Amino acid sequence: MQEIIERISKVFSVEEVVQQNNHQWFITVPKKQALESVTYLRDREGFVHFVLLSCADWIESGKFQLTYLLNHPVKKIDLGIRVFIDRENAEMESAHYLWEQIATYQRELYEMFGINFPNSPRLTDPLLLEGWDNIPPMRRDFDTLKYVEKTYFPTPGRKSNDPGTYMKEKLYPNE
Amino acid sequence: MENKDFIKPYYESKIVESPDGEEIKVNPLEDYFCGEAPKSHAPNSNKLWESFLNWARAESLWVLGFGTGCGSMEILPLMTPRFDAYRFGVQMRPTPRQSNVIIISGYLSVKTLKRAIRSYEQMQNPKYVMALGSCTINGGMYYDSYNTINRLDHYMPVDVYITGCMPRPEALLAGFEEMKRLIKAGKGEKANEYAENFEWYKANQKKIIKDWNMPDYNW
Repeated sequence: MQEIIERISKVFSVEEVVQQNNHQWFITVPKKQALESVTYLRDREGFVHFVLLSCADWIESGKFQLTYLLNHPVKKIDLGIRVFIDRENAEMESAHYLWEQIATYQRELYEMFGINFPNSPRLTDPLLLEGWDNIPPMRRDFDTLKYVEKTYFPTPGRKSNDPGTYMKEKLYPNE
Repeated sequence: MENKDFIKPYYESKIVESPDGEEIKVNPLEDYFCGEAPKSHAPNSNKLWESFLNWARAESLWVLGFGTGCGSMEILPLMTPRFDAYRFGVQMRPTPRQSNVIIISGYLSVKTLKRAIRSYEQMQNPKYVMALGSCTINGGMYYDSYNTINRLDHYMPVDVYITGCMPRPEALLAGFEEMKRLIKAGKGEKANEYAENFEWYKANQKKIIKDWNMPDYNW
């Protein structure tokens, strides 16, 4: 794996390398080189299996973090390509031409985070949320509890306990 | 966010050409569906006859094969030899027209609620709703989810609740026993309640189903 990362570092400007465990690595690349590096890994290094495309919302730094997770079926290793994109008017190049199923992931990200992928097929068709008229629900500035109280008739007087403290009080009060 | 309406071609009016070359105007919302609100049916005036009917209704509960959440997993062992619900007159049916019980099995997302309402309204009277698991009672562990309802009884009339997360198949059998007891006592009249409070139920349903692109009553 180290050799692969050394080889890719010569071609692209890899900013950060994280080893998660013995068979999973993550590298961070700039936005412009993201799909180029994914294509390079698929065509030259043998990462032919696309696992998933995920997103994390770093609201404090105003960024979305996209992860393209690839798998090498022969060497049994995973490599994730991380890209940071701006949270305001979030937009990323569409990667549906690399693997067809990426279009579905991009539809989901468009719906849940509001990230635009120009030219991605059927991007604006509703996937899970039909007729959603609020800000995308997976963004961290969307307050789900407030939305539920406004929308779904919550049961009055419902109490919920923090599992950690509640279990401690009930089971190990003296510790 | 911009949403494209998928099923629009199926419900907007259009002109169809018949085999004879005649042009026929079709408005699916009026021609294919009944727009009338449901009516409440009074029980038979003969009490003996009505109690016989209730006994017959209670002994043939045909369940619509419609799984909404994780609770649908509990229905599979219920119908297989270990718990064998058939011996109580409970059986699964594939279409709403053939069934008279709908089990809302666990959490219900808004997208599924739309389908559940359509299925419920297509079922024929007498019909009953069974709500399974804590999600249908107060939201359960999904009480703060942006996409799942909290209380089912605001959208559909519920006859029997079964608590638990998840309830075991034994609990479901007990729920069916309870439902039979209610029907035999003449208390399984929730479909009439739905018809009488139709406006209230529709308002609640339309509050959360924002792309309401079907008739108000779907049978």
